[in-house]
Amino acid sequence: MSTGGIDIFGLLFIPTWVAVLGLGVFTWLNSAAILVYAERRIAGLIQNRVGPNRTGPAGLLQPVADVLKLLLKEDVTPSQGFKTIHTIAPLIPVITAFMSVALIPFGENIYVTDINGGVLFILAIASLGVYGVTLAGWSSNSKYSLLGGLRAAAQMISYELPMGMAVASVVLVAGSLSLVEIAASQEFLWNAFINPIGAIIFIIAAFAEANRTPFDLVEAEQELVGGFHTEYSGMKFGMFFLAEYMHVFIGSVLITTFFFGSYHLPFAGYWLPELSPMVKGILDVSVFMGKVMFWCFVFIWVRWTIPRFKFNQVMKLGWGRLLPLSILNFVLIALGMYAYTHWL
Amino acid sequence: MNEINSKVKPQFFEKHQRAIYKSLEDKHTTIEAIDAEDPLNAKMILNMGPQHPATHGVLRLILQLRGELIEKTKLDIGYLHRGVEKIAENKTYQEFMPYTDRMDYLSPYSNNVALCMAVEKLAEVEVPERAQYIRMICMELSRISSHLLWLGTMVMDAGAISFFIWTFREREKIYDIFDEVAGHRFTVSHSRIGGVANDFTDRAVGRIKEFVTKFEQELKDWHGLLDRNRLFIERNADVGIVHTEDALDLGATGPVLRAAGYAVDQRIITPYLKYDEVDFEVPTRMEGDNLARYFVRMEEMGESLKIINQCFDKMPKGSIRSNNAKHAYPSKDEVYYSMEGMIHDFMMTDTGICPPAGKEVYHAVEAPKGELGYYIQSDGTGHPWRLKVNAPSFRNLQVLENILEGEMVADTVVIIGGLDPVMGEADK
Repeated sequence: MSTGGIDIFGLLFIPTWVAVLGLGVFTWLNSAAILVYAERRIAGLIQNRVGPNRTGPAGLLQPVADVLKLLLKEDVTPSQGFKTIHTIAPLIPVITAFMSVALIPFGENIYVTDINGGVLFILAIASLGVYGVTLAGWSSNSKYSLLGGLRAAAQMISYELPMGMAVASVVLVAGSLSLVEIAASQEFLWNAFINPIGAIIFIIAAFAEANRTPFDLVEAEQELVGGFHTEYSGMKFGMFFLAEYMHVFIGSVLITTFFFGSYHLPFAGYWLPELSPMVKGILDVSVFMGKVMFWCFVFIWVRWTIPRFKFNQVMKLGWGRLLPLSILNFVLIALGMYAYTHWL
Repeated sequence: MNEINSKVKPQFFEKHQRAIYKSLEDKHTTIEAIDAEDPLNAKMILNMGPQHPATHGVLRLILQLRGELIEKTKLDIGYLHRGVEKIAENKTYQEFMPYTDRMDYLSPYSNNVALCMAVEKLAEVEVPERAQYIRMICMELSRISSHLLWLGTMVMDAGAISFFIWTFREREKIYDIFDEVAGHRFTVSHSRIGGVANDFTDRAVGRIKEFVTKFEQELKDWHGLLDRNRLFIERNADVGIVHTEDALDLGATGPVLRAAGYAVDQRIITPYLKYDEVDFEVPTRMEGDNLARYFVRMEEMGESLKIINQCFDKMPKGSIRSNNAKHAYPSKDEVYYSMEGMIHDFMMTDTGICPPAGKEVYHAVEAPKGELGYYIQSDGTGHPWRLKVNAPSFRNLQVLENILEGEMVADTVVIIGGLDPVMGEADK
């Protein structure tokens, strides 16, 4: 926890971490709303149509209308379903998504907390989210949901591993498990330049983790009629909806943090002059959010342009291609680091 | 009580439901006598449809799954049965024609022409050459329109949603053309016994020509987008294979049959209209899988454009309907300004065209989905004694049950999309 803070006329002292937490939670909460709007507009752009433009100026109130509609809908639980789990399941992905906010550095010294095992924490909570999907699929007592839940479980396991290996190669380069230090270590050279294969593997795995096309077979609308959330309605469905977009957002945040220089501009260490903390803070947060927005756009772009994998193809890609490749990449990076530290 | 039936509780038509589950269970039982290798009881019976977003209407599939693998399938059709064949017996031939619009509602023009040509063959009606070319152009347009919907939905079933919108934008142009030609966008009812309802207007000709030139580029773009798209190929290659040796026995027709290696096309085998005067290829593939069906249909759209262009070159001027008042409606000018014309109009509407008693005829055209045949028996009155439709969607659905087994759940929607059934036609 950093000790700095903002002093308001000597009356109130707000520690930085409280301010960042407030800002972070605000961003996380609104990311879903903004992404829903962005997705609809970008989908419209890709499909040669307009997209929502009636609710509020330029359709900006569309997410509000969506949520209002979900709030007013009847909440249905299947009569043969497991009511308790059916209610708890939608909360799990949302809560785990929120937990990640604590560890993300938004800028130099702008973070909530820095624990020395931050990477492990992030990976752990990211995989917890799948419990929500699997339990939802199981407790709905619907065959389509069950298939969706099973697909989710299998997919998560197969993509956790390459993702973990890709992150491990980043940890090797940074020499630390702390997200803050990984971010700081990219001041001169982004990890994507040192470790391009790892970056690609991580991006693919992040798509799979977020259940987005081409890995959205968990909720495959065409064959499974929505998959795990077939039997959900009202705000319970809204929770899944929220979680999906928050996972897109977190996926983008992690891609940025691990591989694309976090809050650093490219090669910033070489040319960026010393700035006052205020200016640097604003610059850092803007750069960070800019990159996150770019990756969110990529998520949306991919969703509306390419088809979906089949279950066995996802398994083949995960276990047969990505896992060996990520292990090989890890070994290569390890050798490279050894050479760099011992021979150069 | 057998195993599946003891678990299900059908809410309606219990006898029918139980019979279907029974037939699913009985299927292949001679081959798999004892099921010892299922200790975890991982088998699942999945009801897909009739209310399902990807079954193209009200097709119902009952799948027996092991994990994601389909072990057995049973098909249940008839949810859209409207009894059009029986309705036909109570209508004059011309009155029945609008009903055919509602059969394969994605290419209504082909259905109109198929019926009219069967009746013309029955009553030996001469059709002016210009009308024949108009029919050809519109049939090819409706082929493109039908294939566009297939393309959009099939690619969407594979997960790429935007494609659906892109193909629909092009379909919209074809609808506009039909609006200009026939006065209807969807159910055109433009063909008449002995010709067509009205001639092309200049605007219609302009629109068709504009569409043909622009669509060629659009088709090229789609080829570029999908032909070598790795994800698309992986989803479609070796999926739902119709083997060449089975294709005819299973009753496949149209693009499904052509993708399995038979260059069977009614336009070539029994040329009707003026198809023997235009030059076009019949795209054929040997693989029989979903990708082959994709290529066949995509190339067919290109061939259709070629046919339309040639038709415009060869189309003569002249009348668009038979001049024989016993065979076709007189033109509106005659109806309004001459007594005989008015009487003939009444007679055509009231009794209609009366083919010789006892004569029967079968005439097939190549509809977008395959061989669309009308079999008519006449009893000498203005109504058909019997009228039967040989519907390509119905025939292709017979294939479905055989090719689904051994595939995965995710493939079902792609395979259904690839066969391109229209339930309005299959259920009649």
